[in-house]
Amino acid sequence: MTKASMTRRLALGLALALSSPSAQAQQPSIKLGELNSYARWAAFTVPYRNGWQMALDEINAKGGVLGRKLEIISRDDGATTGDATRVADELVTREGAVLLFGSFQSNVGIAMADYANQKKILYMAAEPLTDAITMAQGNRYTFRIRPNNFMQVGMLVDQAKASGAKRWAIVAPNYEYGQSAAEVFKRLIKERVPGAEIVAEQYPALGKIEAGATVSALEQAKPDGIFNVLFGPDLTQFVREGNTRGLFEDATVLSLLTGEPEWLLPLKDEVPEGWTVTGYPWDEITDPKHKAFIDAYRAKFNETPRLGSLLGYMVVHMIRDTIERAGSVETEALIKVLEDAKFDTVIGPVTMRGVDNQATMGAWVGKLVLKGAHGGMTDWTYKDGTPFMPGEAEVKAARKD
Amino acid sequence: MDLSFLAIQALNGLSSASSLFITACGLTLVFGVTRIVNFAHGSLYMIGAYTAATLVPRLLELSFGPVTFWAGILASAIVVGLIGVLIEVLLLRRIYGAPELFQLLATFGVVLVVQDVTILIFGPEDILGPRAPGLRAPVEIFGRRFPSYELVLIAAGPVVLGLVWLLLRKTRFGVLVRAATQDREMIAALGVNQALLFTGTLFLGAFLAGLGGALQIPRVSAHAGMDLSIIAEAFVVTVVGGMGSVPGAFLAALVIGQLQAFGILIFPKSTLVVVFLLMAIVLAVRPYGFFGRPEVIGGAHAVGIASRERSPFATLAVIAVIGILAALPLIGDAYVLKVATEILIFALFAFSLQILIGVGGLVSFGHAAFFGLGAYGAALAVKWLAFPMETALPAGLLLAALGAALIGAFVVRLSGIYLAMMTLAAAQIVFAVAFQWVDVTGGDNGIVGVWPSTWASGPTTYYFFTLALTAAVIVLLMRIIDAPLGYALRAARDSTARAEAIGLYIRRHRWLAFTISGAAAGLAGGIYAFSRGSVDPTLLGIPTSVDALTMLLIGGIQTVTGPLVGAGVLHVLRDQIMPLTSLWRLVLGLSIIAIVLVFPRGIVGTIRNWREERT
Repeated sequence: MTKASMTRRLALGLALALSSPSAQAQQPSIKLGELNSYARWAAFTVPYRNGWQMALDEINAKGGVLGRKLEIISRDDGATTGDATRVADELVTREGAVLLFGSFQSNVGIAMADYANQKKILYMAAEPLTDAITMAQGNRYTFRIRPNNFMQVGMLVDQAKASGAKRWAIVAPNYEYGQSAAEVFKRLIKERVPGAEIVAEQYPALGKIEAGATVSALEQAKPDGIFNVLFGPDLTQFVREGNTRGLFEDATVLSLLTGEPEWLLPLKDEVPEGWTVTGYPWDEITDPKHKAFIDAYRAKFNETPRLGSLLGYMVVHMIRDTIERAGSVETEALIKVLEDAKFDTVIGPVTMRGVDNQATMGAWVGKLVLKGAHGGMTDWTYKDGTPFMPGEAEVKAARKD
Repeated sequence: MDLSFLAIQALNGLSSASSLFITACGLTLVFGVTRIVNFAHGSLYMIGAYTAATLVPRLLELSFGPVTFWAGILASAIVVGLIGVLIEVLLLRRIYGAPELFQLLATFGVVLVVQDVTILIFGPEDILGPRAPGLRAPVEIFGRRFPSYELVLIAAGPVVLGLVWLLLRKTRFGVLVRAATQDREMIAALGVNQALLFTGTLFLGAFLAGLGGALQIPRVSAHAGMDLSIIAEAFVVTVVGGMGSVPGAFLAALVIGQLQAFGILIFPKSTLVVVFLLMAIVLAVRPYGFFGRPEVIGGAHAVGIASRERSPFATLAVIAVIGILAALPLIGDAYVLKVATEILIFALFAFSLQILIGVGGLVSFGHAAFFGLGAYGAALAVKWLAFPMETALPAGLLLAALGAALIGAFVVRLSGIYLAMMTLAAAQIVFAVAFQWVDVTGGDNGIVGVWPSTWASGPTTYYFFTLALTAAVIVLLMRIIDAPLGYALRAARDSTARAEAIGLYIRRHRWLAFTISGAAAGLAGGIYAFSRGSVDPTLLGIPTSVDALTMLLIGGIQTVTGPLVGAGVLHVLRDQIMPLTSLWRLVLGLSIIAIVLVFPRGIVGTIRNWREERT
């Protein structure tokens, strides 16, 4: 290498380095399409929005990804399947979103999965929990972060074994999520607890529970175990009526999601102590990386994190990593990278299992307890999702692809 | 099932009935006096709950005791009453002269505004109110525990009934309210200050809604979905009881409370349908509910399309519009075409409703039923019979026409608000079937994979396909308006008695109108299903019916082109506002209110009016 060419290279390099800021500024941002039920399920989705906003700010402060800034275009999905797919279409065709993520209700998640499959665009189902999204209705374009019903119910049923309860009652909202959770529970409790039977089932319409009548109807069956899938306003009514009427006193109660602050805080001091739940004991987290996230979140928004906050934060970071590894925003490239991808998240390593596009994110399982004026979790453990996932043979039998 | 369980379940039913009655009582009073179907009543109920859940704990911190608690409840109800006054003075008072349906549209604007403002003020989280001091502990009844607060609620219903009865019977205000309920024009002619009377009634109605909401806080957390979950049931109570009748509302609430309490034992998964089934049965047997009276002849003025000389340029204009629409793919991208396709579909949907409302004077609150039946018919044909689009669309149309013929057969016996409510009940029953018959309809997941045939699948082709179908059907319907059937319907709308006297068989004509209108809506629904690729129960829901009404009213119910313009305006508004701000409900609601105030005859109607005044 001659001296002249060396100088020239240096000069060229310098010129490139100097010009790069303006070159970067001209790089258009990467647009991510986001949709969620911000009006209908504000309790969960507003903290979730804070979470992804925080991740977005962090990522862009570090220069974005692939030298481009990330931009999230967010819409309300109206909490209905029709609105959601319409909004999704708008995000893709008008805004030019390179991928989609979000949605809350399970039925909306299924419609979004179908949309993703039809339009061949990547969809990250952040919250919807029904198994169908990664099983019967699953497709190669749809990925899910949170542990699904099968996994979470599996964690709870393990806890139920010790209680000795045999006569189980089910109360679940009458839509995809509730139906799916109830179905999984019926199957797992019979498989794993010999002699268990279902003595009562109540399926109030979502958001329309007649709590007094429902509690009386369950009481009538004299169950020694209750499996609850209600959340949100239905849950508060159910708990209050149940507490007053002593429904929970002699029963083992397993409850999905009730330990999550978004559903627990509205119960105030009426927390049904001793319920075994999945949730998010943010106040007792000691792991330094996770703790740092919690502290930063509290400082930034001046409120305590919900599970939604954590989820929104994690999803956007995972998307960032995916884009960086793919080196492109092409759907096929992203899907290729996502297969069995390992992510280092604030809660530890998470793998995106290739066979069903279900992440191995786990859940915190523990008991509800009253801490001052509010409820919290005690006696909890974080259960990694891996051992609770449905077997690969079962997945292959259920999925159509 | 032992006796004590049945007794407890009956008590559960009674306490729900009480809460429902207190809220519905306000709705029925407001309707009786002002003839306004107040969609915002549920919103007032929600404000009551939010206010109480926020206010009462603060008061209890100052001084803990039953007195503070009940004072807080009362104060919250008064606050809501004042909000009711505000709505009356600022909004409703300005549009009493407009067609009655317009006031309904205005209150629907209020619903949208309140939804966003509530979250802005009270925050996104559900708020669980405190329990009532002194009523925390349950009481033992037949060896079972029952919340003592529910007992208080059970008593509250009759107490409110008694107080309202005293107010109506023993005060001058009450006499006026009763007089206005019977004949509004007459008391105006007698020199009663109507403004004051209406404001007073709105206060009372809103107060009762607020009280109903505030009383819920020890059992229900205040949350953002409360408004819509109560309003449908409150409608059922007022209609079943007879519009304007307070004792009727009480009786209806009792029946519905029991029906719900025992319904969940028999049909734990079909809770939605029983209430509306009751309403349909009651209206089929007693067309004016339990205690309602037939409308005074001439009391309700149906307004609609009048005969007018056809402009010589009309045909040219139609051809020009179709020509411009056909040229759209030259300038629009895929997304613009998608929006345009949807506008065309909704234009047909709104126009089919115009046949009923504008031409026939038959106000339908349940037009979504036919739209949805068309969509579901097509989707079911694709799913179960593997029909291609070419045969699935007619199948949907056929299902909608059959549904409309069946529903129409029941509906044409009724008139006015009862007719409207019967269509609502019918639509809700169809909705509940689609929602809860999971094996066939897929429940709330709906049916996916309803995509058009390959030749029509591109956005441009599908747009042309939609344009051809909608334009053809709309031109055909326009023709029907000016055909003998259209004239017969208009005659029956303007004077039932005279139309009958000249030998028109009104019911048959109306039934025909229902069938034709339903078929057209069904076609719109079918095209919509294929444009989205899926159907779900929201297509059959109340918001879809309200959408059709809104488009019609924004455009103008006295004009032929109104619904087409209205469909365009509403859809473009929504499409433009939604991406702009997360407060799109607030903006859309305010836009609707503004349109109502500026264009009290709808956009086309008002513009035509301006033009005619100038000449």
